[in-house]
Amino acid sequence: MENAIASQTRKINLERFEILWDILRRPQGAIGFAIVFIFIITVIFAPFIAPYDYAHQDIPNRFQGPSVKYWLGTDHLGRDLFSRLVYGARIALGVAIPSVSIALSIGILFGLLAGYLGGTVDNLIVVLMDSLQAFPSLILSLAILALLGPSLINVVIVIGLTWMPNYARVIRAQVLSAREAVYVEAERSLGATNQRIIFSHILPNVIAPALILAAMDLPWVITFEAGLSFMGLGVRPPTPSWGVILYDGFYNIRLSPWPVTWSGLALILTTMGFTLFGETLRDVLDPRLSGTRGI
Amino acid sequence: MLVYLIKRFFMTIAVLLLVMVFLSLLVHIVPGDAAKTLLGPRASPELIQKIRAAMDLDKPAYVQVANFLWKVLHGDLGTDVFTGVSINRLVGSALPHTIILAIASLTLAVLIGVPLGVFSATHPDSWLDRITAILSISFTTIPSYVAGLFLLLIFAVQLKVMPAIGLGKEGNIKDYLMHLILPTVALAITWIGYLARLVRTSMLEVLNETYVRAARASGLSERLVRYKYALKNALIPTVAVLGVGLGSLMGGAVLVEVIFNRPGMGMLIYNAIKTRNYPVVRAGVLIVAFLFVFVNFLTDLIYTYLDPRIQLGKQQR
Repeated sequence: MENAIASQTRKINLERFEILWDILRRPQGAIGFAIVFIFIITVIFAPFIAPYDYAHQDIPNRFQGPSVKYWLGTDHLGRDLFSRLVYGARIALGVAIPSVSIALSIGILFGLLAGYLGGTVDNLIVVLMDSLQAFPSLILSLAILALLGPSLINVVIVIGLTWMPNYARVIRAQVLSAREAVYVEAERSLGATNQRIIFSHILPNVIAPALILAAMDLPWVITFEAGLSFMGLGVRPPTPSWGVILYDGFYNIRLSPWPVTWSGLALILTTMGFTLFGETLRDVLDPRLSGTRGI
Repeated sequence: MLVYLIKRFFMTIAVLLLVMVFLSLLVHIVPGDAAKTLLGPRASPELIQKIRAAMDLDKPAYVQVANFLWKVLHGDLGTDVFTGVSINRLVGSALPHTIILAIASLTLAVLIGVPLGVFSATHPDSWLDRITAILSISFTTIPSYVAGLFLLLIFAVQLKVMPAIGLGKEGNIKDYLMHLILPTVALAITWIGYLARLVRTSMLEVLNETYVRAARASGLSERLVRYKYALKNALIPTVAVLGVGLGSLMGGAVLVEVIFNRPGMGMLIYNAIKTRNYPVVRAGVLIVAFLFVFVNFLTDLIYTYLDPRIQLGKQQR
């Protein structure tokens, strides 16, 4: 018995390893994996990687270009751009993961209810989701943040709410087909409650596409947060969000090109890394889903 | 079919009504007094009372919703509480600039993205196909505001070959167009990449269909088969995406307008947010949502017209 379990575990580990190997074999996947890996290392070890404190000012040396002392140069207050970008990675992921989790959990709940119960509940939820999606998400977030006021927590809540309908839709569509499946029929005839059918049988079968969607949404949420911070409605200075660095750089763009250049590149590279990695992962895990992700 | 369209039409109306109710209630959902936040902590109670009355905040919530709906349905977006200017006039002068920008970007994206996609699909695995693949995936990952800032930095600040901000001199069309170039490219870049990928995928699919093989077998020239038969069908999914695209372009346009200082809807909403001028924010957001919903509905119509095989009513929902 123990042997059987051990061999099962080994098999699962082997499968995981094979997935990674499958990703790394493809050039797109390898580049994506490398960027995501560097990004995560940066997030974890930020205090060890950054040579200076992100708020440390060196006014006499403001607007410097790259040099040995300041690898990527300094901003309008003489703060080290490299250190600020390194800490900015923490902010980026620190906003993206909770936001996506909120969107995912509420979306799953709505999607399950709408798909499983059907009828009036379904219609109500669909119209509600349609109305939320009637705004371009950036504009909806702006309208809410204008009233809530800018702060890290508000940004997380607002992003979570504006991205939630996507997940509700995906889950709902999956539930609609799972609801008719034979195993659900069997459970029902055995007398299982709705609650049990939904959470123990349907949910595990429909969650995979939503999780892949969530992984692929991470980079978009990062650029979204940076966009909000750039508008002055997201993370507030001096917290070094990439959007804040971009905003500071924009106001001094005629004095120094470096803040805009580096923070822009950080955003592009991160998005590209996550997208390449996510797309390869999707193709490896489920070739049928290939090409299902829009912008 | 007709039944579906009628149902879709009423759904659209329901969504728009909900959007309006939501926007007029937003003030209540969030904590704090909107009039106080607008005027700051040192405002006198009389002034706060006056602004509350001007914003309808002294009435019960359902009266506010009803008033707002009634006014909007009569084509009145309200008044800017600071300046007393009618919001209709503010929107009227801002909206054309945003629509011009959005349409110009989408046109540019179609003009470059579609031929790129067709070329890749008709020359699969050639080195140009591979370069296009890398380029298009890179393009899709560039946020429009980063593209805008980079273009501004390179062409306006460093090389000084392009005008940086504003609309150009009034009445001078050439100047207006020059000022349109950088914002248009900034907004279009993502969509060029996205369309190229989309068209390539759907074109490859179509090229494997039996009717394409039949057309080839009957001796039609490869050119005719590709562009007359295959491309026409391959573009159908693109139309659907373009509808949604116009909406998300409006979102991106806010940031791009701020970067290039274009007085469009984005700039209007942005400035209103900065001064916490809530009635203007509400009206601006409402107009953008209206456009978004309307374009989506229109896309559905065009979609069914392009491909009579599609029976939208039979899709789920």
